[in-house]
Amino acid sequence: MPRLSATSRHAVSFVLNGRSTTADAEPRMLLTDFLRHVLGLTGTHVGCEHGVCGACTIHIDGQPARACLTLAVQVDGASVRTIEDLAPEPGRLSVLQAAFRRHHALQCGFCTPGMLMSLDAYLAANPEPDEAELRKYLSGHLCRCTGYVPIVAAALDAAKRLREDTANA
Amino acid sequence: MTEVVTKQSAEEAALDERQTRPKNIGAKVKRTEDPRLLTGRGTYVDDRRTPDALHVAFRRSDHSHARILSIDVTAARAVPGVVAILTAKDLTEATPVHAESRMPSYYATPIRALASDKVRFVGEPVVAVVAESRYLAEDACELVEIAYDPLPVVTDPEAAVASDAALLHEEAGTNVLVQREFKRGEFETEMFAAPVRVKGRFRFHRKTPAAMENRCYLAEYDTGRDELTLHSSTQVPGIIRNALSEALGMPGHRLRVVAPDVGGGFGGKASLYPEELLVAFAARRLGRSVKWTSDRMEDLTATSHGFDEIIDAEMGLDHDGRVMALIADVIGDVGAYSIYPWTCALEPVQVVSFLPGPYRIQNYRGAVRAVATSKAPTGPYRGVGRPISTFVTERLLDMAARRIGVDAREIRLKNFIQDHEFPYRIGSGIVWDRSSFTDCLLAACKAVDYEALRRRQAEARSAGRWLGIGIASYAELTGIGSRISVAPGMPLNTGTETAKIRIDTTGGVTAAFGVASHGQGLETTLAQVVADKLGVRVEDVRIIQGDSNAVPNATGTYASRSTVLAGGAATLAARIVRGKAFKAAAHLLEASPDELVAEDGRIYVPNTNKTTTYKEVARAVYLEMGRLPPEVRGELEATSTYDPVLGTTTSSTHIAVLEVDPDTYTVRLEKFVVAEDCGKLINPLIVDGQVHGGVAQGIGAALYEEVVYDQQGQILTASLVDYVVPAAAEIPPMHVVHMETSSPAIGGYRGMGEGGTIGAPAAVANAIADALAPLDIEINELPVTPERLFRLIEAAKSRTGDEK
Repeated sequence: MPRLSATSRHAVSFVLNGRSTTADAEPRMLLTDFLRHVLGLTGTHVGCEHGVCGACTIHIDGQPARACLTLAVQVDGASVRTIEDLAPEPGRLSVLQAAFRRHHALQCGFCTPGMLMSLDAYLAANPEPDEAELRKYLSGHLCRCTGYVPIVAAALDAAKRLREDTANA
Repeated sequence: MTEVVTKQSAEEAALDERQTRPKNIGAKVKRTEDPRLLTGRGTYVDDRRTPDALHVAFRRSDHSHARILSIDVTAARAVPGVVAILTAKDLTEATPVHAESRMPSYYATPIRALASDKVRFVGEPVVAVVAESRYLAEDACELVEIAYDPLPVVTDPEAAVASDAALLHEEAGTNVLVQREFKRGEFETEMFAAPVRVKGRFRFHRKTPAAMENRCYLAEYDTGRDELTLHSSTQVPGIIRNALSEALGMPGHRLRVVAPDVGGGFGGKASLYPEELLVAFAARRLGRSVKWTSDRMEDLTATSHGFDEIIDAEMGLDHDGRVMALIADVIGDVGAYSIYPWTCALEPVQVVSFLPGPYRIQNYRGAVRAVATSKAPTGPYRGVGRPISTFVTERLLDMAARRIGVDAREIRLKNFIQDHEFPYRIGSGIVWDRSSFTDCLLAACKAVDYEALRRRQAEARSAGRWLGIGIASYAELTGIGSRISVAPGMPLNTGTETAKIRIDTTGGVTAAFGVASHGQGLETTLAQVVADKLGVRVEDVRIIQGDSNAVPNATGTYASRSTVLAGGAATLAARIVRGKAFKAAAHLLEASPDELVAEDGRIYVPNTNKTTTYKEVARAVYLEMGRLPPEVRGELEATSTYDPVLGTTTSSTHIAVLEVDPDTYTVRLEKFVVAEDCGKLINPLIVDGQVHGGVAQGIGAALYEEVVYDQQGQILTASLVDYVVPAAAEIPPMHVVHMETSSPAIGGYRGMGEGGTIGAPAAVANAIADALAPLDIEINELPVTPERLFRLIEAAKSRTGDEK
């Protein structure tokens, strides 16, 4: 990684939700602040800024990552996907998002974007999750509203429907 | 309609039945909030784009209790981008806010935006740095120099009541900010006469609500009009507006407080905060928009805490297990300030108010002292006092059951207030209306197959395993009306709610309320009520809430009140609007209003082809002059205020099944069952969600969560690594059973936002004590961490001389 001057701003060029994007950031700027306040994508939430709550989870090069523990300049050259890109098109929900709605797996909605981004990656890699594994995986996310019961149910339901979609495709 | 309505007649309710075809109340309607929240398009305060807003960073006290000698901001002011640095000296024109109350012996501590003279807890705001960005504000904050003269810390509430204790508020003359006592019956003689007496010292350690969204305030100021709008992650926009009006000397029509999407509250966002005052004040002073977003450390150190009580309690029973008397002395560690508007009395007084629970306990004495300590102020947290009172009473009952040799289920059935005894006034003066006390217990036992579970436990025990079953029953007062709201003597009305419903020119229905949803889904539940009562579709109704401008006396959402009060007000207002629309429709259809039915937006005479729509009626009323005579062209609008006067009783029984690991002393919850009676369900999805979430917080309170201060008053749990909120792996599968006994409130609803947190700590504590019954261990302190269990079990083993 190149050495960056702390006192100047640097151009960060990356792919954001499928589009080439360039914007300036100080080296110390967190990716959360960059996404939210420089680029205006406020769907990525900030719950703790110390990597525990998981609300800020996004995808960097296809892997779930904590945006609050990432500097904006670190995504130079990377591909970033945020909650704004999860639905297939405006006005429609993804299978996972629809399952969350059906099961009432969100209340205040603050932890939800991070949960969805994590589960989206997890279900892609683990199409047949078992409940205990899923609960362990979800421990990287805190939700204060739902008691996790409907989140687990929604994730298992979404996994089943995604398997059926794959089988029918 | 100008008067406040306290009840509806049977004819009015029958009119609704006749004129509508309800299909939403009671249905699992998917939430209207969800699409925006699931796609990252919600708007929480920090999401709001306000160009050129200034950012605030606070320099906070790192002392528990100290005099401020001097503040040097020279270096901080020199940081480029710093616009202003404010200390208490700059805020002299801002009037301190006091949480007033008529309770005798009460002292209302002044609440200021920034500490003046003294600091009283670690994390108290002392200096506000206002800069062009948050990064610059935080840079400059580090350069502020504050010199302190440390004063004696006051962290032990029992030591703080001593006459020679250091005083946090010298003007009060004591650290006891309020004391109260409830007495009824011959509690002393009955206790003395009781053949069975159980007692204990119970300790509930401090918690914090820890909503996932940290607090955030953004004040937008219009210099030309001298108008200020505070966007606040608050549960109580109307209450904050009232406080700001007083503090800033601005009338309410130039002050607006908006709570947009709010990321959870649980009581932690139900009070006025110094940062809220500061942001509003700074915006007006600087003529710019000003924003502050809390980080998690600030949240854990300076958002209100709760549940910090020491209870010495004794219960006397006869040989059959009937309670003869209950006596309790409570010390509430309320922290450094009496929070606005609830006062520091809120929680400790609730503890003694609810100790008798759903039981026939006529001989009762409960005394309480709320003691100031140099810790963060306490305020409402989900359940307020009742998680503690339920923990104590349910533990005492289990201790007594074990002593007498009756089952935990039987002792409760013996003591419940029976159906024919309602309304029933308990020893503290609270009146219960009829609710399923006994039936909830029976339903919960049935749902877990209690007998089979006890057999399984016997087998587990003989195999040396620590399997426990814990029952906790409770009742809570919800949806409180004006008579209860007035009791603590606060200049605040939590007992009424207003609905303002209007149909506009296009036929669109807008219903405005003073409540403020922060995850409860009130945009959906209230739309269900309005839709059914008007006879339109849910998607035709827009709910306005979370805005101090919505109705003249906006309130907020707290205390399990919103569905009962706002649902009742919505019913009343919708009935009037429907009546107006029916008069107009009757003209258009050449029918009598009495013949009409409204359904899915249509208004029609059944079994005829006479049909119109709300949309067409609205056009005829507002636009198409000549179609209707003037007497039916009045606006399709109504405002109704509802006051349930006393409120409603919600009851429940929780059963926890768990096992204690003999090697690690961790507790593994296997199953959790709740049987609850919240009256008529509006949306079962949302009701279950409230129960699940509440139980998870109760499990957190029982096993994991504890705010820890050291002896110097430094907080040791200032991150989410140290303050342990349960994650998915710690929460068991849950099963919820609903009883639905109709309540006296309009619609038959009862409040249910808090109950999960009330029952769960007691159920878990009882289950652990039950698991460890072979070792004769009682659980009197929460949370039950593995370390505490280790100490209890080691002590028990050395008592019995059993090394394994």
